[in-house]
Amino acid sequence: MKFTSLLASAAMVLGLATGAVAQDKTKVGFVYVGPVGDGGWTYEHDKGRLAVEKEFGDKVETVFVESVPEGPDAERVMTQMALEGADLIFTTSFGYMDPTINVAKKFPNVKFEHATGYKTAPNVSVYSARFYEGRAVQGHIAGKMTESNIIGYIGSYPIPEVIRGINSAYIHAKKVNPDVEFKIIWAYTWFDPAKEADAATVLIEQGADVILQHTDSTAPQAAAQEAGNVITFGQASDMSEYAPKPRVSSIIDNWAPYYIARTQAVMDGSWETVNTWDGIKEGMVEIGEISDAVPADIKEEALAMKAAMAAGEYHPFTGPIKKQDGSDWLAEGETADDGTLAGMNFYVKGLEGEIPQ
Amino acid sequence: MIVLEKRPQPSKAWSYATPLVAVLATMVFGGILFAILGKNPIQAIGTIFWEPLFGEFAFYYRPQLLVKGAPLVLIAIGLSLGFRAGIWNIGAEGQYIMGAIFGAGAGLAFYPLDAFYVFPIMVIAGAFGGWLWAAIPAFLKVRFGTNEILVSLMLVYVAEQMLASVSLGLLKNPEGFGFPGSRNLQSYESAHNAELIAGSGMHWGVVTALIAVIFAYVLLNRHMLGFHIRLTGEAPRAAKFAGVNPARLILFCLGMSGALAGLAGMFEVAGPSGQVSIDFNVGYGFTAIIVAFLGRLHPVGILLAGGLMALTYIGGEIAQSQLGLPAAAIQVFQGMLLFFLLAFDLLTNYRIRAARNEVA
Repeated sequence: MKFTSLLASAAMVLGLATGAVAQDKTKVGFVYVGPVGDGGWTYEHDKGRLAVEKEFGDKVETVFVESVPEGPDAERVMTQMALEGADLIFTTSFGYMDPTINVAKKFPNVKFEHATGYKTAPNVSVYSARFYEGRAVQGHIAGKMTESNIIGYIGSYPIPEVIRGINSAYIHAKKVNPDVEFKIIWAYTWFDPAKEADAATVLIEQGADVILQHTDSTAPQAAAQEAGNVITFGQASDMSEYAPKPRVSSIIDNWAPYYIARTQAVMDGSWETVNTWDGIKEGMVEIGEISDAVPADIKEEALAMKAAMAAGEYHPFTGPIKKQDGSDWLAEGETADDGTLAGMNFYVKGLEGEIPQ
Repeated sequence: MIVLEKRPQPSKAWSYATPLVAVLATMVFGGILFAILGKNPIQAIGTIFWEPLFGEFAFYYRPQLLVKGAPLVLIAIGLSLGFRAGIWNIGAEGQYIMGAIFGAGAGLAFYPLDAFYVFPIMVIAGAFGGWLWAAIPAFLKVRFGTNEILVSLMLVYVAEQMLASVSLGLLKNPEGFGFPGSRNLQSYESAHNAELIAGSGMHWGVVTALIAVIFAYVLLNRHMLGFHIRLTGEAPRAAKFAGVNPARLILFCLGMSGALAGLAGMFEVAGPSGQVSIDFNVGYGFTAIIVAFLGRLHPVGILLAGGLMALTYIGGEIAQSQLGLPAAAIQVFQGMLLFFLLAFDLLTNYRIRAARNEVA
């Protein structure tokens, strides 16, 4: 490529990046890791996108690309959206972190929002939800309901977000049922119905009668339904089509209010880099309806715990808690700080096995 | 009645025409698919094939075609050598992963040393990693007569597990807050497979892919080994009489395809991708099989086919965001391409004739 045409293209990039702001319609792009029909993680993000469209009507235009692999492909998809005049781009998977930062550098006037990551920039915000609060409720119900005392857990990747969920669920299951045991399978995928179903089946064969999942599809729900007498929880989305059993409750990610607020901020010109981590209190994490398969007293306790977290009276990681190796982590009454939680890379005492290294 | 009649000789004309006819048929049937989905078929096909090359933002997409196409071509060239001789390496994806692990591992071992020799060492390590992974099925086939299709394919899954393991352990970024994935090689100058000219998409992997095309062409047309490869595939008995050593041929073909796949992985991890991560591989090793056949196992054909595949990927993404086509529709579209290619391939070896009704 000749130097002059290089300059021309660079100028074009800059021109577009600045020109985009002048448009009257605000263009919002979404990059998804799974298909919008996954019934879980991506499905909820897409509901957030539709909420943005509904809220602002003609004033916004939204675009999305689904099933984008985490890596150079994601970088290209983001660049493409920025080139085509997007003002705000939500990148909705942890693995989009470095690509988001790279593209954000090239388009300083486009705002980026990266879900579940930790790298920010003048035009990159990060946001995530305190899913572990929902896990505490699940752990409580699971610990009370299990008869085999074996709870199966389908992990996606051994990253802090997932480990936090396992710890939170375990602490609360153990609290109500000292004999409880967790069996964990790492699927190394966010979305792969076949693998997820296999993992669920293996866990059930090993005696688990409760399945918790940190993967996005409804395949484990279907596997549990087939096995009978196994309970599950909806992940990321309500998955209510499997209620009242096996799905007895769920964690619902409600991104809509955040997406609407951030789009509004771009429209007003008040957008700033933020690091958002909201939970039950702010409504970003919701607990799906607890079905009739759960006895009334357990349901009541679970709802009371939810209410306590919503009121800010209860933190799922409240001491005394020891780490797996027996060393002290939190003293009596002490609660975990966000920094430790964000980078959590250890199990709490009582969990068996090692975090894959 | 229509009957198929075997041609005494494969038709040369059809062997060249098949890929073009397959592409046309894919456009027609893909268009019908898009129309059923409620999109304007002409606009959709136009977006996929026209937009990346001549659209408003072609200055960005054209270099991306090189970035996306280079690993496909590099891997497919290696595979085609074996495929020509009837040696089926299906596990290029695994060799690609191992090349990336070895290449990135070698680079990260030197971190943060700033020296000109870091990158060349990574290149050698990457090729070695891929070669090693392909040498396993080659050795097992030569020594024990195992099936290389199964062994090479199964090793893909082993490689994926190793990728997960090093992302979480051995190569994990010590400054990554406990998150999986290695340091980003893009920010390590000596190890970065940067664009040779900024904005051109040309990185060392693209250059290597072009060199591989030329070498493969020379090898197959001007070299005894290339002759042996072709002979073994086309007339195994004649090859035996000609003194071809099958064991050596297996070791060469599998080893070579493994090394090239390893190189592709290494250039990818040090350049566009930047990072060893659990999700590093996105199926280049499998897509390259389609590219090899779409290119008729001919080096120049593979070059064109690699470009075409890259075009459908990038155009497909544009169609998704501009027209709201679902990702699955794009994948079906790509699948059609191979399907029609294989279907029309029939015409190379058979001709269709209207048969007269005969009394049985």
